[in-house]
Amino acid sequence: MKQFIHLIQQLDQSTSTNDKVDAIVKYCNEAISKDIVWTIALFSGRRPKRIVKTSLLKQWCCSKNKIEEWLFEECYHTVGDLAETIALLNKTNTSETTELPQTLTELIQEMINISGSPDEEKHTLILKYWSIPHPTFQFIFNKLITGGFRIGISEQMVIKGLSKFSGIEISTLTHRLSGKWEPATTELTTFFDNSSIESDDSKPYPFYLAYALEHKPTELGSPSEWLAEWKWDGIRGQIIIRNLQCYIWSRGEELVTDQFPELKELAMQLPDGTVIDGEIICMRAGKPLPFSLLQTRLGRKKVSKKLLQDAPVGFFAYDLLEAERKDLRNTPLLERKILLESFISKISSSIIQLSPIVQFDDWNQLASLRLHSREMLAEGFMIKRKDSPYLSGRKRGDWWKWKVDPLTIDAVIIYAQKGHGRRSNLFTDYTFAVRDGEKWIPFAKAYSGLTDAEFNEVDQFVKKHAIEKFGPVRTVPPELVFEIAFEGISVSKRHKCGIAVRFPRIHRWRKDKPKEEANTIEDLRALLKSYGN
Amino acid sequence: MKPLLELTSHGLYCELGDFFIDPWRPVNKALITHAHSDHARWGCTSYLCHEHTVPLLQLRLGNHPYQGIAWGKSIFINSIEITFFPAGHIIGSSQIRVRYKDDTWVVSGDYKTKNDGISGSFEPISCNHFITESTFGLPIYQWEEQEQVYSSIRHWVKEAHEKQVTPVLFTYSLGKAQRVIEALAPLNIPIYAHGAIANTQEILIQQQHSLQPVIRIHNGLKPIDFSKGVVIAPPSADQTNWLKKLGPSQRAICSGWMQVRGNQRRRNVDKGFVLSDHADWNGLLSAIEATGAQHILATHGFTHVLTKYLNERGYQAETLSTLFGQDEEEQTNIETS
Repeated sequence: MKQFIHLIQQLDQSTSTNDKVDAIVKYCNEAISKDIVWTIALFSGRRPKRIVKTSLLKQWCCSKNKIEEWLFEECYHTVGDLAETIALLNKTNTSETTELPQTLTELIQEMINISGSPDEEKHTLILKYWSIPHPTFQFIFNKLITGGFRIGISEQMVIKGLSKFSGIEISTLTHRLSGKWEPATTELTTFFDNSSIESDDSKPYPFYLAYALEHKPTELGSPSEWLAEWKWDGIRGQIIIRNLQCYIWSRGEELVTDQFPELKELAMQLPDGTVIDGEIICMRAGKPLPFSLLQTRLGRKKVSKKLLQDAPVGFFAYDLLEAERKDLRNTPLLERKILLESFISKISSSIIQLSPIVQFDDWNQLASLRLHSREMLAEGFMIKRKDSPYLSGRKRGDWWKWKVDPLTIDAVIIYAQKGHGRRSNLFTDYTFAVRDGEKWIPFAKAYSGLTDAEFNEVDQFVKKHAIEKFGPVRTVPPELVFEIAFEGISVSKRHKCGIAVRFPRIHRWRKDKPKEEANTIEDLRALLKSYGN
Repeated sequence: MKPLLELTSHGLYCELGDFFIDPWRPVNKALITHAHSDHARWGCTSYLCHEHTVPLLQLRLGNHPYQGIAWGKSIFINSIEITFFPAGHIIGSSQIRVRYKDDTWVVSGDYKTKNDGISGSFEPISCNHFITESTFGLPIYQWEEQEQVYSSIRHWVKEAHEKQVTPVLFTYSLGKAQRVIEALAPLNIPIYAHGAIANTQEILIQQQHSLQPVIRIHNGLKPIDFSKGVVIAPPSADQTNWLKKLGPSQRAICSGWMQVRGNQRRRNVDKGFVLSDHADWNGLLSAIEATGAQHILATHGFTHVLTKYLNERGYQAETLSTLFGQDEEEQTNIETS
């Protein structure tokens, strides 16, 4: 446990990537291997199940520290992190001395063992650990029993450290750590031992992701070296057929096979040892449907017949990563595409189809085709170098996404709330509204798109001019105008304005515009009419 | 009856005595709790402050008629009795007691209840009305013992030397800097200071405060010099060319706001030391209780939290909206705390 505490302190104490990587290497040298497995699990979102409800934890923390619930909430809003709030409040009354648990594994095992017990027993156990007068331990312990183990360290960083420790390449490790594995039953050798891997049929390849094209496509050079395909507005997915089993993964490394029975059934027509990368998207008669429809299919444990009819799903295949059990990722893209076509042609339905390659002779032609993206229900183009390998993670150079310009609306801030993590105690989460005569109608929330300096400026405005407080929310006078960009627009029953926008973010601060020049609800409805789906 | 002290557009005002306490605009008679810029402003006709504060005002505000007074000595203005008592915030910082007949008010200014060995030892003064700061008025703010923080600072400096980089500590030049310099003294290494901090330190040493001397940073010094010592600089020096010239460094901020990880990450420094010149939550509560006052007025910081908490416990507490921080959330400016 001491090693893990030290690791967290070291990771927290440096802004340098090298220092962080070195801290991970040092930890791997000192900790027992089971603890390392749990550490990897925690940093990659494989936390053990939560053992108590948050409301109960808050209650226990309040009674231990003799404070009222409202005061706890005030603290929480300022700290912006539940685990940290409890750790800070527990600083008092630490006269007892409970020993630190020996290992991280022992502590987690204790949590798992008690998960089925009555609340009183959990309460006793938690109070025992809350009495350890060690701030970092308190923070770690509370992170384990509350939400995700997010502390500003990415999985990528951990993989870098593991790679340096083991001498195994980052891409190989990324692959081995992906997919489904149970930390409780996994040995560290599974990741490090070259002989024991590749035994798991379900394991997906890490997705290759692209950056947005920041310059003119003409700078990419000769169009003949590139191919373009529509960037469909669904979720990236990987279909794996191995040993007569089908596994479907989403980009978030979530196994979604059972959510899409229609894909699973058809995919079984593919030969064994095949892995295909593509887009899961709602479609009818081979034609794509809006993303909002796909949302109704996500996260469902059971898929009803009605849902299958109302929101039928299909798959646009982009790439072939494995054929006849052979990893094809280093084969040039064009060859993979040709092979992919022959595979897809064997499937008897357009539910799984090849994502068509868009023919173009010069970049201007592609630019004008791009203007039709919304009609195609696409987000724009993917531009890929014809001889590119399939890399892991987000990389520059060979693949670019060239999205259609977002829709924009000038709106004003009417509510603000404090952010989390590095934005704690700063008002950084805003609700934006458009004008409706004398009234302001909220239509979107956005958290991103401003620089730190701009966030500070808005924060100061909120703190000076807040009109009302509703818990953590402040009402501010409608004065600051921002250009809000978003990807799509649709009718919504859940939103007050009757309209939902997709992926809203702050494009820029329109300091040049007074609130009278902000857009109106009619402007928003006009956008819905032109681009809505 | 009119209260003895009330808020006006120029600041906290005593009509009977015709004087202001920490006014934010030029006035005729100003009583100053301490020399920080949000409490001591330029342009008044006369100033009354603690005797240690006089040279600091001289340095920061230039020439004005300053009158210094010792702690515990009373002075009368129009039969209003005025007495300064130590507030423990920075050198010279004082609480000001204003008494007329049996009505006693105490203006705390900024204060900390733990003695830091430099700023004088906070004394609770009994009164009917206590005007308290509440910068850190939330129970998440509980400070460790000074010596514990000092020893982690020294440990961090040694770590930097092992890595052969220059340790740079960011602190406010008046108050925190003196404490951090004392914390570093046992290491017996050269302490280099940014001009703003060197100025303050030199004035204080001239005034016979027994403080460590520092080496003012000048162009003749090289990164190799710094890497064997330690650099103290104001937070505004972070990410400037001035800092880059020091060579490879690891940077830390010393502030009460560092209690919350998010603040530390936002500042993007390597380390945050939780070291404050303000009372923590328990310090505020014990100070308030020790005055025996029933009427509590809270200024800057988490005023609404503190007043609500006190009202639930039978006090008559309210927020006093001064310009020292204006609002409970205004004080995220880590440079002054």
